[in-house]
Amino acid sequence: MSGTAGQGEAVSLPMPTQAQDKARKRGWLFWLLLFVTTWGFSQWSFALYKALDARWIIRFPKQYELQLDTVISRLMSWLVEEASFGWFTFQQFTRFLSALVEAPYDWVRSLLIDGFSTGIGQQAVQQVPPLSWIAVIVMAMAIAAYARNARLALLAGGCFLYLALFGQWESAMVTLASVAIAVPIGVGGGLLLGILSYRVPVAERILRPLLDLMQTVPVFAYLVPILFLFGFGPVSALVATVIYAMPPMVRVSTVALKSVPEDIIEAGRMMGCTQRQLLWKVCIPTAMPSLMVGVNQVIMLSLNMVIIASMIGAGGLGYDVLTALRRLDIGGGIEAGLAIVVMAIALDRVSQAFATRNVRQRFIKGVPYHQRHPLLSTVLLVLLLTTVLGQFLPFVQSYPDDYTLSTSRYWAAGMEWINVNFFDQLEAVKTVLLTVLLLPVKRFFGGIPWAWGIIAMGLIGWRIGGWRLALMCTLMTFFLAWNGLWAKSMVTVYLCAVSVLLASVIGIPLGVWAGQSARANSIIGTVIDTLQTLPSFVYLIPVVMLFRVGDFSAMIAVVLYALAPAVRYAAHGIRSIDTEMIEAGKVSGCTSRQLLWRIKFPLATPSLLLGLNQTIMLALSMLVITALVGTRDLGQEVYIALTKANTGQGIIAGLSVAFIAIMADRIVAALARRSQQRLGLE
Amino acid sequence: MKVINLLSVGLLSTALSTPVLADVESQDPIKLTTHDWTGQIITTTIMGEILQKAGYNIEYVQADYIAQFAGLKTGDLHVAMEIWETTGREAMDEATDTGKVVNLGESGMTAIEEWWYPGYMEELCPGLPDWQAMNDCAEEFATPETAPLGRYLGAPVTWGGFDEERIEALGLDFEVVHAGTDAALFAELESAYQRKAPIVLWLYSPHWAPAKYEGSYIEFPEYSVECYNDPSVGINPDAAYDCGKPVGPIWKVAWSGVEEKWPGAVAAIEAFDIDNEAMGALITQVDLDGVSVDEAVAEWLSANEETWSGWIQ
Repeated sequence: MSGTAGQGEAVSLPMPTQAQDKARKRGWLFWLLLFVTTWGFSQWSFALYKALDARWIIRFPKQYELQLDTVISRLMSWLVEEASFGWFTFQQFTRFLSALVEAPYDWVRSLLIDGFSTGIGQQAVQQVPPLSWIAVIVMAMAIAAYARNARLALLAGGCFLYLALFGQWESAMVTLASVAIAVPIGVGGGLLLGILSYRVPVAERILRPLLDLMQTVPVFAYLVPILFLFGFGPVSALVATVIYAMPPMVRVSTVALKSVPEDIIEAGRMMGCTQRQLLWKVCIPTAMPSLMVGVNQVIMLSLNMVIIASMIGAGGLGYDVLTALRRLDIGGGIEAGLAIVVMAIALDRVSQAFATRNVRQRFIKGVPYHQRHPLLSTVLLVLLLTTVLGQFLPFVQSYPDDYTLSTSRYWAAGMEWINVNFFDQLEAVKTVLLTVLLLPVKRFFGGIPWAWGIIAMGLIGWRIGGWRLALMCTLMTFFLAWNGLWAKSMVTVYLCAVSVLLASVIGIPLGVWAGQSARANSIIGTVIDTLQTLPSFVYLIPVVMLFRVGDFSAMIAVVLYALAPAVRYAAHGIRSIDTEMIEAGKVSGCTSRQLLWRIKFPLATPSLLLGLNQTIMLALSMLVITALVGTRDLGQEVYIALTKANTGQGIIAGLSVAFIAIMADRIVAALARRSQQRLGLE
Repeated sequence: MKVINLLSVGLLSTALSTPVLADVESQDPIKLTTHDWTGQIITTTIMGEILQKAGYNIEYVQADYIAQFAGLKTGDLHVAMEIWETTGREAMDEATDTGKVVNLGESGMTAIEEWWYPGYMEELCPGLPDWQAMNDCAEEFATPETAPLGRYLGAPVTWGGFDEERIEALGLDFEVVHAGTDAALFAELESAYQRKAPIVLWLYSPHWAPAKYEGSYIEFPEYSVECYNDPSVGINPDAAYDCGKPVGPIWKVAWSGVEEKWPGAVAAIEAFDIDNEAMGALITQVDLDGVSVDEAVAEWLSANEETWSGWIQ
């Protein structure tokens, strides 16, 4: 890593002086020593334990293990069964919250799928049918046209039409209903918390670690307590979705509000705004474009949750993916998965369009209402027409089943063809990678004794970020060992390290390519976007068919998912290099290869490091999902806790994953900061 | 649901059509849980449809197999149609011990879980299905990661099954590799079956896989309680688990409050009885022939009216 050089360098291009050279050499020596020592410990820890008869070297002594999981489980059952505020119990309180969420959810569901009816169960009589598929498509198009233009409207319409054509309509509407509820709650809650931390600095300091945890603790870890508190059914899934999708909104709104220019606020004060007016009428409208970026994030993350949410009763497209794959209907899984992608594309593009929307003239006098509001009137007209016509012509109400398309057969046949014809070649590649890369790395991490692991993390933290980081790393690593999760943590670290390495090796060159060619960029960009929104379960099962259950399959799935940031940040880094630098290089007579290696790469280092950071985060979040194919890491621990409904175990394992993520995040961020300083980019 | 009704009534301000009150104890919906495997969804849908024909209102709630017990204890959920002796006994006993959950008896189906191999393996390993033949061809089952030991693809760790112990006790030259979910389990089977590649793995019935793929369960020494608990019993005098897996009934359970609120429904659920063969056929229809659960169930209901009409009298 280039971040090892001494601090205090602030030259615009790395041109080492003698003193810096020395510092750099000392830096290398430190890392070399650390690595050799760790390797030595890892190699001989077992022998050491045998020689000294000290089992504590490789296993954290059982009697000192922290029994935090039982404490948490007990706390949970106390919360569910006994906790009370006097007037009402804690559970009644959470159930009240569920009812609050359930009411609008049921309403949207009725609007989109079930229709409104009176009476219970079999005595129910439908009074008003749900929106017809035509009406929904027209509405989606109208919203897109309102947000930008006719082209976007066509895209949105096409996306929704896909859902109807491929027979995914009903499930897609269920998913849309949960998104329609989760997103406003996530956005509203996120905005309020963002305002709070903008106004009250203490709140920001308390919120920040909480947000870190919300983003890094795997969702599986808190599904069980949510089920206990909010009951079984779609509401719990919604709550989990909101927890997962809200943090970026909080962060974005704090930043957006902070970056409202002082002049505008000043102007607002001079007009005599009250505090409240200043916030709602001045700051928030000014920050609106940035806020919409947050909204977009919330939508995308909610769609990411579709599969996991369907495991606890959300139904919809996620449920279709799961059931299709459970009966090995790979094509069915892919179609439902692509439906999620398509919906994500529509929602993503439209919400992005809102972020950059130009405000148009609204009030023109003397023009009739329907001409002033052509979109709204079209929608209302279509709504009315389809609802009435739908009573007589069923195909207007719901898309006829007989005209749906399916590509399912071809996918299955294609998969079989690859499996039968290429399995041996794939097996050979796998064996090579296993023996050259995976197994040595596994042995290395697996052998590190816990005590040395804690010391080494402390040293790394101290070297990179000073004593604060050192303290944090030491404590967090100790937490892993203290809870008896050392071995599983090391498997997690090993799988994550190998996957991140591969993702970078594949992703960075692709990113560099995309950064230099617009055409490559559009193709690579599409592939990357699809890989990220396609639910990982869709490709997890084909991967298992080709590579069997085991670490290798898990690694492939993680690499596919975590590739995106490596590519994106590399492309971004290359693209945002000052053209003057490149010109200067050209003038000095650099060949294009020299240009790449001597100028572009060093200058893109901070970007590459940020990409690395994101790759690690995504890899860790995916590792939990790969427990579904069978790994023996923290992800498995979390998953076991989920299937056994053990709250404590799940939360402890989830926290362990979060701590690993937070350590990696802080270390890489510190590296990126230093390399930025060194390059004089700050 | 009530909320929707209120809302829609308010919204439409139309007069309520008077619902026909069927002759049942309570109009509140009975909540039946559905899990993530087809057989269970079919069982539950059959029960649900029959209860509806008897006039009850029902609601299907998707819930996790083990986590649902928390809901059954509080009355959030009411009826669970499939608790397998082999995988759910522990959780069920824990729940029934609290008195808040009651066992409504067997469903008529038998859970079988055992090591299974595809038919073409008999050519490579002629002694099958006898377990003693396994050691002679362990190498056939080996992969680079496990060689020289054979590779046995086990179920998700949470399903238990004592396969590591069994291998140890019977001296089998095999290593257990655990799949994370049953989807991964069947993905590997499908892949191997397409290539006619060697595989031995955990399978269970009632399920579509034994119907789709030709093959057999390995015959281990027969299970007994003593074999699991007492090392001296069985082939290996020093180890327990030196026998096959237990075969057991699939139970129906309910929240204890169901008996008071809907006694007629409880009687119907207790009477519910279907065998492995009928269930296997239904699962095959749904998972292999692509018939929807509702259609398959409707067909079964019309073909077996005599059977089920007796349950709701």
